[in-house]
Amino acid sequence: MRNIKFGYGISKPRAIDIDSNDLRKSNEILREMPELQTCIGCGSCTASCTAGNLTQFNFRRVHTLVRRGEYMGAYEEMNKCMLCGKCRLVCPRGINTRGLAMLIKRKLGDF
Amino acid sequence: MKRASWQEYQKDIADDKYYYARSCIRQNFFPGSERAFLDILRNDLGRNVMDDPMHTSCTGIGYHSDVVPLETIMTVVARQFALMGEAGYENFISSCITSFGIYTEILNTWEEFPETEERTREYLYKATGRELVKPRSLAHTSDIVFHFRDEIARKAKRKLVNVYTGRPLRVVEHIGCHYAKIFPKKGIGGSEFPYVLAGMIESWGGEVVDYPERRHCCGFGFRQYLVQANRGYSIANTQKKLESMSPYKPDFIVANCPGCSMFLDKWQYAIAEMEGTTYGPDGQGIPVLTYEEMAGLVLGYDPWELGMQMHQVDVEPLLDKMGVEYDPAAKYLGRDGRYIGKPERAAVNNGCQRAIYDIKL
Amino acid sequence: MKPRVVIVGGGAAGMAAALRLESRGVEPVIVEREEVTGGKVRNWHKLFPTFTPAEEVLEPLCRGIVERGIECRTGVSVEAVSADGVVLAGGERVEADAVVVATGFTLFDAHRKQEYGYGIYDNVVTSADLEQMMNRGSVRLADGSAPRRIAILHCVGSRDEKVCQSHCSKVCCITGVKQAIELKKMFPEADVFNFYMDIRMFGPGYEELYREAQQSYNIHFVRGRISEASPTINGRIQIKAEDTLTGRPLKMSIDMLVLLVGMRANDDNASLAASAGLALAPNGFMQNKDPFTGAVRSQREGIFYAGAVTAPKSLADTLAEASMAADAVVDYLNADRR
Repeated sequence: MRNIKFGYGISKPRAIDIDSNDLRKSNEILREMPELQTCIGCGSCTASCTAGNLTQFNFRRVHTLVRRGEYMGAYEEMNKCMLCGKCRLVCPRGINTRGLAMLIKRKLGDF
Repeated sequence: MKRASWQEYQKDIADDKYYYARSCIRQNFFPGSERAFLDILRNDLGRNVMDDPMHTSCTGIGYHSDVVPLETIMTVVARQFALMGEAGYENFISSCITSFGIYTEILNTWEEFPETEERTREYLYKATGRELVKPRSLAHTSDIVFHFRDEIARKAKRKLVNVYTGRPLRVVEHIGCHYAKIFPKKGIGGSEFPYVLAGMIESWGGEVVDYPERRHCCGFGFRQYLVQANRGYSIANTQKKLESMSPYKPDFIVANCPGCSMFLDKWQYAIAEMEGTTYGPDGQGIPVLTYEEMAGLVLGYDPWELGMQMHQVDVEPLLDKMGVEYDPAAKYLGRDGRYIGKPERAAVNNGCQRAIYDIKL
Repeated sequence: MKPRVVIVGGGAAGMAAALRLESRGVEPVIVEREEVTGGKVRNWHKLFPTFTPAEEVLEPLCRGIVERGIECRTGVSVEAVSADGVVLAGGERVEADAVVVATGFTLFDAHRKQEYGYGIYDNVVTSADLEQMMNRGSVRLADGSAPRRIAILHCVGSRDEKVCQSHCSKVCCITGVKQAIELKKMFPEADVFNFYMDIRMFGPGYEELYREAQQSYNIHFVRGRISEASPTINGRIQIKAEDTLTGRPLKMSIDMLVLLVGMRANDDNASLAASAGLALAPNGFMQNKDPFTGAVRSQREGIFYAGAVTAPKSLADTLAEASMAADAVVDYLNADRR
């Protein structure tokens, strides 16, 4: 291996790799809040989100990624939540989305 | 490897009298392969092949990189066909997969939209005074070698077998995307389980390896590797394939596409230099062969005559396994016997660079 | 003399129509291509959404046919249909006062979706295979072990222009939910992932079952179609899809891939239509006279339809339609005699 300046690097894979992701935290979250699994991706939570209308914060996307074991940045994202509770009012599956924001912060603080 | 009936995807392959269209890049990266194809067909199989100095690039690289418009490439392709007609041939064979894809696509376009064919005829006539003659059959040269695989097996001097263990060599086959992903019915075996290279490997005693990323593109693209800023995701595709095939410990890779052969070989060098990773046994790379080289070795050709010294990943470990006799001292001697220079040591060939080259030279 | 009605096809639709006709004073004759009646339900294990054994629905139909002495011509196919009878293979003509076409559907052949490796990779099975495995009580991997991770793929041979099947087969989504729960009950430690394009829970109790699968059985639903399956070095199957709800490609290795194969039109619908002057829908199923007021009627007076011959249907819908078809036949016969 020498120091050759190639002028480019090797891109890292973007795919969610379920085999290599550690699903333990995801499973813990689903155990504490099984109704999260009933999310049908309707986007009501994101549509009504106080923070999401003004920032890149996408609550639905973040909690779906968390379920797949993609935790990186989830805690920081959840800090954008203003805990206004509107998302919980609109969720057609009755998921305690406000509680979920808290749960993710509690579980994933060190990722 | 298991496969469903590949016989569902058949095509007519002419038995003789071919008009040969070369690839733009193969003569740089695998310079002996096209010559080997001609030698095998003419000398070993006694077939008539026209190698016409008049034909040009199909301009596929330019077309896929958005610098050659569709009307232009159609006219260039029409000229190739016109040359074939003038030479008295009707079976067009192409050495390049992208060209094969382009010829197939253009012939289909002419069929579906006859007005484009009419326009092309007109452009061709205005530009060159030539008349378009459509080929009776169109095939890739790997189709031709596949067609003669049993005849080659009968004339074989060696098999794709490890002479030390007596076991079949484990071979990864890689099919260029434009061979059958665009028109699956134009490829032997279709697009998901192509049989064109696998058929050769099986006929010559080897074992085909199926692995998770077998169908994945090598990442060549066109503007992808051409533009330095895009090479990161071009090379990452080859890396993904190498990582996926490595646990199967393949003895070599064989490809039927100029770009894929080049990439699978040369990117191993780049990855080894960048990250220190190699994918073959003992810290070496995995040799990458063209199907002509594979056929040539089976038929007893000298590896240096096949141009295998031009590979980035050294082929000697494979030659030893196959029991191929070769003169290590002659590796870097050209066809005229003169020393052609020697590449610098590379991480991908760690443990493979033998001192003997230095002594003799 | 009782009027006589030939019913083409001895599956659930044909048998239910025959029983209803018989109880309304008509003499039905069933002509069935297979050696036994019962159709596709015969190979099914349990029915959605109640997990009722298929046997419990089929057995009374079969018993009724025997007890009431309804004539069944099995092992013989029908060559041509007209309002006054059918012609059997071999040329024999069976006269009738009306005909009910209840020839059902054909299961999509999963080999055609080559990218999923059905018939090539061990442990890639269809939903129909899984029902038979459950019937035999032998849901196991090829090496005899229990699966630890299972993927169920929706819409195999449905909503897919590549295999000329643009329609929705209607029952696969709920079948996928049912089979996911059955697999989870058999293998509680296993992770089950359903890959879907849309989830279509059209029937009573279906949405509730879907929710139960998610919440109580922890079955994962990923919106994205699997693009290919390939083998891994340790004998598992690698699948790729997009997790469309996160916009990221996703891959994983699994032990078993279940392909929810769709319902496609019978190949001989076209010749049936030609022989009897009937119409075909664009998807190849028989076209009924009117979707609202003529669901069981054809373009020809005296030729009726029952069940999935006109479109993919659940067993419940098929049975309801069989009665409807029988009643329409009786109305037709009565009007004829007046």
